Amino acid sequence: MADTRAPVARPLSPHLQIYRPMLTMMMSIVHRITGFGLYFGTLLLAWWFLAAGGPNGYARFTWFAGSWIGRLILLGYTWALIHHMLGGIRHLIWDTGRGFGPTEREWLVAANLVGSIVITLILWVIGLLALGGTP
Amino acid sequence: MSTSPHIRTPLARVRGFGSAKSGTEHFWRQRVTAVANIPLTIAAVIILITLLGRNQAAVAQILGSPTIAIIMLLFIASITIHMRIGMAVVIEDYVHDETLKLVALMANTFFTIVVGLTAAFGILRLSFGL
Repeated sequence: MADTRAPVARPLSPHLQIYRPMLTMMMSIVHRITGFGLYFGTLLLAWWFLAAGGPNGYARFTWFAGSWIGRLILLGYTWALIHHMLGGIRHLIWDTGRGFGPTEREWLVAANLVGSIVITLILWVIGLLALGGTP
Repeated sequence: MSTSPHIRTPLARVRGFGSAKSGTEHFWRQRVTAVANIPLTIAAVIILITLLGRNQAAVAQILGSPTIAIIMLLFIASITIHMRIGMAVVIEDYVHDETLKLVALMANTFFTIVVGLTAAFGILRLSFGL
């Protein structure tokens, strides 16, 4: 065929903007975002371990960790860690082929979200008490 | 019965020739490290909370003690392997320029190895009292 016409603008495969936002979809995205954040948060963990080698270095680390920005990052890191861990358990359950029913999958993602917030708050209450009640 | 002169099954001929030339190896390793990460993360979080409010000497003693150090080294190894595979998937999904993708995948390998070995060195130094 000689007369090739201009290509028709066909729709591509359906993507995020096509679907109505659902909790399962949102939590899938959050799982990836938390993993992305944890990736860089590991720098803090390496800093913590390295800093423990000497009093001056450790003073610098605890100063940063105790600052408002440091605490904000650590709070985010704690939540991301717990959320990603619970999300990982959810995915491992799904890997076995279980938990895909309409009510089960909604329950799993809701438990993931609520569980991550509750556990983060509990850990921070314990952590702040360990620091001697100084907020 | 068989007319094929080959003893090898078709699986052997396609194995290792997936889009990433590694078949399901990464998929499986990501699950193995995910399973390992669960108890290791719980242990690491408990250990890190016990460090809060303590001075450097006490922190160094706790982190350097054999059991705690081994748990932390296992935690570091498992999460950094998991991190490398996870970030590679993110890069492959969103970076479509071939050169940039190669650079990003390489940087991902370097970053995870540097962070992992630095954290492990931090722990080992405390254990050996250097």
